[in-house]
Amino acid sequence: MSLLRVEGLSKAYDGVRAVHDVTLDVQEGEVRALIGPNGAGKTTLVGMIAGRSFPDAGRIIFDGRDITRLPAHRRTRLGMAYTFQITSIFAGLAVTENVALAARPLLPRTEVRPAVRAALARAGLQEQADMRAGDLSYGHQRLLEIAMGLVQAPRLLILDEPTQGLSEGEIAEFKALVRDLAGQTTILLIEHNMDVVMALAGRVTVLSAGEVLMTGTPAEVRADPGVQAAYLGMP
Amino acid sequence: MSERARVLALHGGLLVLLLALHFVLPPYHHGNLARIMVLASYAAGYNIVFGYTGLLSLGHALFFAAGMYAMGLSVPHIGTGTALLAGVAAGGIGAILLGLLALRTRGVAFMIVTLMFAQAGYLTILYFGAWTRGDEGFVIARASRMLWGLDLSDAAHRYLAALALFALVLGACLWMVRAPFGRSLIAIRENEPRAAMLGYDTFRLKLAAMAASGAISGAAGAAYALLFGYAGASFASVEYSILPLLWVLLGGAGTVLGPFIGTLFMFYLIDLSSGVTSAYMLIAGIALVLLTLFAPRGLMGTVRARLWRWLP
Repeated sequence: MSLLRVEGLSKAYDGVRAVHDVTLDVQEGEVRALIGPNGAGKTTLVGMIAGRSFPDAGRIIFDGRDITRLPAHRRTRLGMAYTFQITSIFAGLAVTENVALAARPLLPRTEVRPAVRAALARAGLQEQADMRAGDLSYGHQRLLEIAMGLVQAPRLLILDEPTQGLSEGEIAEFKALVRDLAGQTTILLIEHNMDVVMALAGRVTVLSAGEVLMTGTPAEVRADPGVQAAYLGMP
Repeated sequence: MSERARVLALHGGLLVLLLALHFVLPPYHHGNLARIMVLASYAAGYNIVFGYTGLLSLGHALFFAAGMYAMGLSVPHIGTGTALLAGVAAGGIGAILLGLLALRTRGVAFMIVTLMFAQAGYLTILYFGAWTRGDEGFVIARASRMLWGLDLSDAAHRYLAALALFALVLGACLWMVRAPFGRSLIAIRENEPRAAMLGYDTFRLKLAAMAASGAISGAAGAAYALLFGYAGASFASVEYSILPLLWVLLGGAGTVLGPFIGTLFMFYLIDLSSGVTSAYMLIAGIALVLLTLFAPRGLMGTVRARLWRWLP
């Protein structure tokens, strides 16, 4: 059954169509990639799914429930976690405190500590646990973002360009991490790096100029002439 | 020593020191310190909103005065203990009402909205001069200043009552900033959109911070009237909204000890410089500029950055 369903979602900024009539179905347990050239409306779309902004038209249904107008913090409590495209951690606080802040709204008090430790271990950040988050390397800050998503044990994890700015080695670790999660958690992956998309996604949705161009397996998408044209700017 | 033990030793140590000073200070400084402890309690209340939650309010005189007048006007009718509680409630409820409106704005707009409501409160006190006696204020009768057998017009009792208030506020702040509630306020200060995306209802948390801050400010206002026997409109003026901001900035925003250190420092800076020159505010101003230049995190904030990372 579909965990997330987006129906006819539209949003315009000052008359400019950012997202237009997008319909999308994400099945429980699936790793779905969302790709598209710059300005295709990916971030606007996931912003509406996560509750950072509200659509002009259309509906968002999560786990059978209409959440179109629900504020972001309530969506988190329903089991949706979102990691920011531009690293958005609590730079002045310790790494553990960052993860604990993510855990507290969802877990009983006694479970916070072990859950934080487990999430840090999963993201490979145990050694950095006591550091100030702002002092972490960029790659580690990205991993901290993911650890903050993991600790919430979400049903839907939205990763907004998670590999942006990561080194090859870090990307390999990230892939392993997502493969490890696949099956337990539904993942919506917004990604520029095609290797990552091809390696991880079960299905890929391509956005172009705010509309869905196609949805298919990575191989189908790669072979599609329309997708190639959208990316390369050819007719 | 564990972090917890260090924190308890430092803050408990300050309270023990203040108690010891009660027995050794000459009357002049003894009286000053009693006043400083009450004002520092007010600053500590302000610090919850400004230092921990990151909301710059310019309207806290409203809550200080609400506590002061709720206590001062009700004490002849309902007794000292209840009047004191009325002061706390007035500060807290006032802060919730203002918060419901002002928290819809942020940044500069929040500053202006809080400032305007506090000014409206000040003018209201003047308008109802028949009851409040306006600028002139009113004296609280000695008979009303008895609490649990303590005569608060007596210097020794007054000092101990001020210390009790300060200890209570310090303890409450210390508990709060280490509890999940305080941590979520810090999360809002550091990165509010992120906190919301993690599942925090940031509006409700900010409102709760306002309520706690207003209640403590109201308690300080009520205690001030009770201990020093006077309530007047000047305590509702904009000056009394700016002062806690200065004290907290000087002492270190977002530190539990900062408000006390800042209040102490500023009080004696003005006290000492006014003995030297009539342009004492100039000296205070220069000291403020220097501190902002060389210790922008305030005194305790600098101590935390350089020396004691564990300082709450």
